[in-house]
Amino acid sequence: MAIQSDKNAYWSANKRIIGISLVIWFLCSFGFGILLRPALSGIIVGGTDLGFWFAQQGSILVFLILIFAYAFRMNKLDREYGVDE
Amino acid sequence: MDQFTLNIIVVGATFALYIGIAIWARAGSTSEFYAAGRGVHPVVNGMATGADWMSAASFISMAGIIAFGGYNTSAYLMGWTGGYVLLAMLLAPYLRKFGKFTVPEFVGDRFYSQTARTVAVICLVVASLTYVIGQMTGVGVAFSRFLEVDNLTGLLIGAAIVFFYAVIGGMKGITYTQVAQYVVLIIAYTIPAIFIALQLTGTPIPAIGLFSDTTTQIAGVPAGQPMLATLEQLVTDLGFGSYLAQTDTTLNLFLFTMTLMIGTAGLPHVIVRFFTVPTVKDARFSAGWALVFIALLYLTAPAVGAMARLNVIDTFWPNGLNAEAVSVEEIETSDELAWVRNWEKTGLLTFEDANGNGTIEYRSGEGNELDVNRDIMVLANPEIANLPGWVIALVAAGGLAAALSTAAGLLMAIASAVSHDLIKSQINPNISEKNELLAARISMGVAIVVATILGANPPGFAAQTVALAFGLAAASIFPALMMGIFSKRINNKGAVAGMIAGLLVTLVYIFLHKGWFFIQGTNSFTDADPLLFSIKSTSFGAVGALVNFAVAYVVSNATDEPPVEIQELVENIRIPSGAGAAVDH
Repeated sequence: MAIQSDKNAYWSANKRIIGISLVIWFLCSFGFGILLRPALSGIIVGGTDLGFWFAQQGSILVFLILIFAYAFRMNKLDREYGVDE
Repeated sequence: MDQFTLNIIVVGATFALYIGIAIWARAGSTSEFYAAGRGVHPVVNGMATGADWMSAASFISMAGIIAFGGYNTSAYLMGWTGGYVLLAMLLAPYLRKFGKFTVPEFVGDRFYSQTARTVAVICLVVASLTYVIGQMTGVGVAFSRFLEVDNLTGLLIGAAIVFFYAVIGGMKGITYTQVAQYVVLIIAYTIPAIFIALQLTGTPIPAIGLFSDTTTQIAGVPAGQPMLATLEQLVTDLGFGSYLAQTDTTLNLFLFTMTLMIGTAGLPHVIVRFFTVPTVKDARFSAGWALVFIALLYLTAPAVGAMARLNVIDTFWPNGLNAEAVSVEEIETSDELAWVRNWEKTGLLTFEDANGNGTIEYRSGEGNELDVNRDIMVLANPEIANLPGWVIALVAAGGLAAALSTAAGLLMAIASAVSHDLIKSQINPNISEKNELLAARISMGVAIVVATILGANPPGFAAQTVALAFGLAAASIFPALMMGIFSKRINNKGAVAGMIAGLLVTLVYIFLHKGWFFIQGTNSFTDADPLLFSIKSTSFGAVGALVNFAVAYVVSNATDEPPVEIQELVENIRIPSGAGAAVDH
């Protein structure tokens, strides 16, 4: 693991996973919950629209999944590159 | 047994528990004092982070704010949870790998500059101290309501308890006390919510109940309709603003949510929690567990808010909005309405039969005869739903646990910044470990005294100071940490210029709207008609963060690259292996 190209590849892979995660993070909070809410207003959930559900409940559930998915994915990446502890 | 005795027993028992834990977990070394010896399991650490994070604002105020603000207050829910995603991916693992004790220490080492470290200490102390004042005020209020002592006595009891377990136990004592406090506060929050969700929707899970159909008639609206549709119909018929529609501007809502998210990830008392776990892997999972424990409350809060609002409307319009409202005679005599009389005594709920027709009518604008302070919603909830006395006592203990745990975490962050980043690193580098511990304990004592004095005489801007704390953390600390990890090119000059620019621009924007140093009447703008577009002063932290990033980038590129050993340091913190070895400072 002392090889520089390996370190760079590990860091690039990490940044790619973070990038994908943050796109989902943004989409499910700022996107569906705020900016895209008018576009989703036709979808009814429990007496209100999908955007309201994302703003008050859905986004939090997605955040939870994202953090654990990231932790598991990174543990796998650590092992692949031999940088785990 | 009367309610007062019950309150004393339940609150007293929880306090005895916290003190017992402090004695069991007292810190002997600086490593134990600052970072709990780095031996905290990620689940335990997640629970402690939850208690640390959820303050009196989350426990007491948030559901009430949602109850009266509806959709527009979703920023609190998304902002105060979404920040953990940023923490887990952008900060926590690398700061743990770095392996030091405090946030300013990272800033000082990464930007090879004592100036940067001192600027970070200033940002940290200002943000934490403003935040802790609000907590101490909350402790005073909760005590005076439930233990029937005056505000100052309540505050002093609370300060003494915090002093005892934080000073003796350090981070180790605080961590294990916070675990106990988390258990107390989450039980206290969810039990009343479960009872009320069962009453209104027949489901024991409040978060599901929020989007379910009602199983009982509420204020004349028949059962079998979605609960939120029922609420929307009632509030609009009474002339209040819509519960479901967006009334704030999209720009302000967006920036406010972003400010709360970045502020969450930049608050030092939360970040240091990730220094206490054994490995980088544990730091990643710890952020996830923290959010699990926080989400238990944050998924319940919007349900509590909506159901509390429904219950208040139902109380005053038991037979529907077109029938007669509740009579004054009933309020004064009925057992079911005892909560109205109890809270009237505090002055936080007032009613007056203005038109003299013998009933109290609750509506928006003209003809309204009831005024309810939104902060009483969570505390009054168990009484409104006629739950047993022990539940009411438990809610009191829960509110105190929320305020005390956050206060302790903030005081710890302040004390370690002063003793470790100022005294040890700049004033007396040769200080012995024993004397550094003593200095940390003394600075914590001083911080508690200052917070108590300011908490006893709140300058009358609790809400503004909390906004200031978030704005400051968002605009100064978060960008510096993130750039320090993700860029090798940002140098000492860029980081210092960025932090100062972000801090100043945010402070000035807040002062322009709230008055210079919060002195009333010195403001040039108001949040109703702000300087830039529709950006309120509470939402400006995200803009300040952007300024910080931009200034740091431009200044760094115009000046020299960081030295080779700093670039190696950055490469090193990006790789998890070898974290255990890097504990020495």
